[in-house]
Amino acid sequence: MHFESGVGHIGGNLSSLDAMLIVFHEFKRDGDDFILSKGHSAGALYTTLWSIGMLEDQDLKNFHKDDTLLSGHPPAKGLTNIRFATGSLGHGLSLAAGLALGARLQGQDSHIFCLTSDGEWQEGSTWEAFMFACHHKLSNLTILVDHNGLQGFGSTKEVASMGRLVDRVSGFPCKPIVVDGHNLDELRSALLCPAVNHPKFICMETIKGSGVSFMENKMEWHYLPMNQEQYNRAIKDLELL
Amino acid sequence: MRKQLCEALQRRSSNPSMVFLTGDLGFMALEGLAADLGNRFINAGVAEQNMISVAAALASLKMEVWVYSIAPFLYARPFEQIRNDITFHNLPVRLIGNGGGYGYGVMGPTHHAIEDYGILLTLPNMSVYIPAFDEDVYAIVEKAVVDAGPVYLRMGRGEPPSDYLIPPYEPWRQLVKGGGPLVVVVGPIAGSYIACLAAMPFDIRPSLWVISELPLSRNPIPDAFLKHLEKAAALCVVEEHVRQGGFGSDFVLHCAVHGIQLPRLTHLYAQAHHFSKYGSQAYLRRQSGLDIDNLLAVLGLKT
Repeated sequence: MHFESGVGHIGGNLSSLDAMLIVFHEFKRDGDDFILSKGHSAGALYTTLWSIGMLEDQDLKNFHKDDTLLSGHPPAKGLTNIRFATGSLGHGLSLAAGLALGARLQGQDSHIFCLTSDGEWQEGSTWEAFMFACHHKLSNLTILVDHNGLQGFGSTKEVASMGRLVDRVSGFPCKPIVVDGHNLDELRSALLCPAVNHPKFICMETIKGSGVSFMENKMEWHYLPMNQEQYNRAIKDLELL
Repeated sequence: MRKQLCEALQRRSSNPSMVFLTGDLGFMALEGLAADLGNRFINAGVAEQNMISVAAALASLKMEVWVYSIAPFLYARPFEQIRNDITFHNLPVRLIGNGGGYGYGVMGPTHHAIEDYGILLTLPNMSVYIPAFDEDVYAIVEKAVVDAGPVYLRMGRGEPPSDYLIPPYEPWRQLVKGGGPLVVVVGPIAGSYIACLAAMPFDIRPSLWVISELPLSRNPIPDAFLKHLEKAAALCVVEEHVRQGGFGSDFVLHCAVHGIQLPRLTHLYAQAHHFSKYGSQAYLRRQSGLDIDNLLAVLGLKT
């Protein structure tokens, strides 16, 4: 769908797709919510929604085209399972924290999953949200960080190094878990791990462009669309997985 | 108005879905509400961006959500959160900004809110309420609750003369009847004109109106105002807001589109975010020419 629409952002979609698939297929129940804070991975979210029958083949074919339901970032309306338009980084964790707090106030046992990027932790609002979630002991909130180490114009270390993100969050009343974000067993174990009196924080060590050899760990695949030859190579790589 | 706000909200506090968020403000004003709401009174701390998005999320769960801060902290810092998270989803979050206009006076320009409703009215479905008198807050809170979309309540300080009988709340109200020019004012500064205008002879006395709800497209100009407009020799629009995006330009455009002829028009507005020196709200209004002396001067009524 990215190739047919001539759209980029494929690298961050591939680094986060495994996490979205396992959350939606194995953990997200009716009444739970998933907020894709890194809205530029909308393609992975749409694919995941398609995989659970919430979107049709034709919907995916119309991705990013005129008259589509599927805009380049999650839309404001038109799709169940997408409660908020995201795409401007630094909003999603606050929205997720609000949903988690609201569920508690309403006496609901729903759980909120929020997937952020790693570069997004350069946003002050993300730290506002994290502080809020920890302060209010939102144990019905799971924060997943797609820690692929690359952002739009450099690596996260080059652009605004904060050292290891898990070290920074460890100062809050929260016990971060680090997993291989492409290892389903590790992801599953982390998602099953109970969190008591604090949100669950899962730092997923991921590979930007995971599964496509010429994209892996290459910053340019944050933005670039594929040409025909690259698409053919990518498909061959994925068929070998 | 904070006293009336607290009382009005306390009357609603038995609603189990009501939740109130504050950006660490409300000391010596909102304690009663906090006590009534318990865990539904949330001090979100000095973190306004998060507070707005949390409010949006709570509203998406069908809760009755109120958010409070000093006005510029409420709309300027978290503007994108208001835009994306609240208005793009038409969520009924009620934003309460204290200190509209130059309300924080000598506290300085960081605390002033003179571009607030202009900015917010660029967003979809936003309704703005600007009480002219303290007592208006009761009616406005109840109107805001039934408003299906986002709301901004610009709080100030009512300034009527002590013996003035405040008319029941309406979006448009005539405060002083007169046979002279028309004056239409946004918000509580209207109250500061009443005593002087009411003392003038009827035939030259300005007809003073106040508007408390925007945008104009959802609060049509009343027929009585339009009838007076046909006969008036002059019209003055007054607002404690910058010229760009203010009520004045919206009013003139509305009249032009609807073929309403305007007499000689003067627009008094907030001239600057800061001047060479600082002072009270009254001082800053004088610097902007919003005081009664300048109003009379531009209307040719100053002797």
